[in-house]
Amino acid sequence: MVHDLYQEIILDHSKRPRNCHSMPDATRQADGYNPLCGDKLKLFVKVENDIVVDVSFVGSGCAISTASASLMTESLKGKTRQEALKLLEKFHELLTTDTAISQDLGKLVVFCGVRDYPARVKCATLAWHTLKSALSTEIAEPVTTE
Amino acid sequence: MSTLSNQIIAGFDVEKIREDFPVLKQNIHGKPLVYLDSAATAQKPFAVIDAIRRFHEVDCANIHRGVHELSQRSTAAYEETRSKARRFLNARNKNELIFVRGTTEGINLVTSSWGRKNVQEDDEIVISAMEHHSNIVPWQMLCQEKGAKLRVIPMNDRGELLMEEYQKLLNPRTRMVAVTHVSNALGTINPIKQIIDMAHAAGALTLIDGAQATPHMKVDVQALDADFYAFSGHKVFGPTGIGILYGKTKLLNAMPPYQGGGDMIKVVTFEKTTYADIPYKFEAGTPNIAGGIGLGAALDYANQLGIDRIAAYEHALLAYGTEALTQIPGLRLIGTAREKASVLSFVMEGIHPHDIGTLLDRQGIAVRTGHHCAQPVMDFFNVPATTRASLAFYNTFGEIDALVAGLHKVKEVFA
Repeated sequence: MVHDLYQEIILDHSKRPRNCHSMPDATRQADGYNPLCGDKLKLFVKVENDIVVDVSFVGSGCAISTASASLMTESLKGKTRQEALKLLEKFHELLTTDTAISQDLGKLVVFCGVRDYPARVKCATLAWHTLKSALSTEIAEPVTTE
Repeated sequence: MSTLSNQIIAGFDVEKIREDFPVLKQNIHGKPLVYLDSAATAQKPFAVIDAIRRFHEVDCANIHRGVHELSQRSTAAYEETRSKARRFLNARNKNELIFVRGTTEGINLVTSSWGRKNVQEDDEIVISAMEHHSNIVPWQMLCQEKGAKLRVIPMNDRGELLMEEYQKLLNPRTRMVAVTHVSNALGTINPIKQIIDMAHAAGALTLIDGAQATPHMKVDVQALDADFYAFSGHKVFGPTGIGILYGKTKLLNAMPPYQGGGDMIKVVTFEKTTYADIPYKFEAGTPNIAGGIGLGAALDYANQLGIDRIAAYEHALLAYGTEALTQIPGLRLIGTAREKASVLSFVMEGIHPHDIGTLLDRQGIAVRTGHHCAQPVMDFFNVPATTRASLAFYNTFGEIDALVAGLHKVKEVFA
């Protein structure tokens, strides 16, 4: 019925999120919070020579926000900070505009169904907002999606 | 089950009643709308829609300030709602009913006007663990401003207030006990008469948040001896942006105005203003006239159905829903008080409320998901959010069945 939103890969990542653990040797971390639904997320990023070498997260949230965080961590490894921020922009476009789907998004295209559910865009972007915060400053303040 | 029950409960012809609510007759995502979000806002009968339309088409003018025919008609219709609200709450005098935007503004009026004048450093305000943010934040702001203390009546795991703990909180410094009549997040009906009597015995005043009670049960402010009682029009089948604050005459007379402006004055010079008498002292500016007239029609509608019949039917519906949801494996009801009205709040193992909400919506079922403006309640039950199905008299037993079927489909998706 709503397989456009809850695609198999999203359900899979929400039930068995990848890179879902804390990271003692992270060089950056940030907290994300969605006051609308109470989703909370702590993101850990290890940046070496401007390259994102590792990303992980812990937190609790809905299927969309958990799957989004999980798939984000997979798609960031090996990217430069600049590339990571560029990907964020394209992901945001995917969710909020009708523009053609960018090939650079890879697996992340499974979230294209979210654009038909405006109330759920914040769920899908929570991890990415938190990433932006983590990459912008060494010690990040908590961000919210509001 | 469904059809039979609908006919026998309280002689209530729910299918006929549903004809009065045009919004209910539509499909959502190809499925008949099942509206289970009346605690957020109730749907409006034709009587309300027509009254508002008639005002704009036939009687539209500003009130209290014209000798012309339209202004007199508008004034009469608007003021008639004040009288209807008096009867609805059984207040002594219609001047004890103040038009506000809703319960939230009613509470803010009391904290701003009564609170600023009467609450001092180290005074105490008592609220409860199950308050809506609108009955927490205004008191918190007042306490911060005055250096007063906010005390909270705790509750048990069923979502019932601990009356012995409440008794312990009361002391000579207690100025106000502000408690909800019915919890929006849990459905608990609080023993409000007892709460008021205990507050009075301690020398404190009381404010009752009636937003969730007024749609479901008869309220008598004189029998309760409530000092203030607030409710929202849109939850009693009227329009948004209008509500009522009841206050005892003696208290209202002693309170300073809430906002300054037109309509709340007797004489204005640049040196001094003499304020109008109650209730107008608290009603600055052109009010929500159409809303007030719509609210009058809503109160008439509810009275015609009979609040007691509404309560009896809804009680049966709630009992049926409680039983049906309890049968779903992995579902936990949040709020299992012995006295409840209209609310089925729950969590499901391993499935977030927002996913439940979206998946139900695709089946035409409208529920509320989130913290219901009661984050402390969510913290108490250690959940980030719940799914809440809330009932009104236009809901059917068949709609409860649809909810149950919908939840089974949700479980399939996440199996």
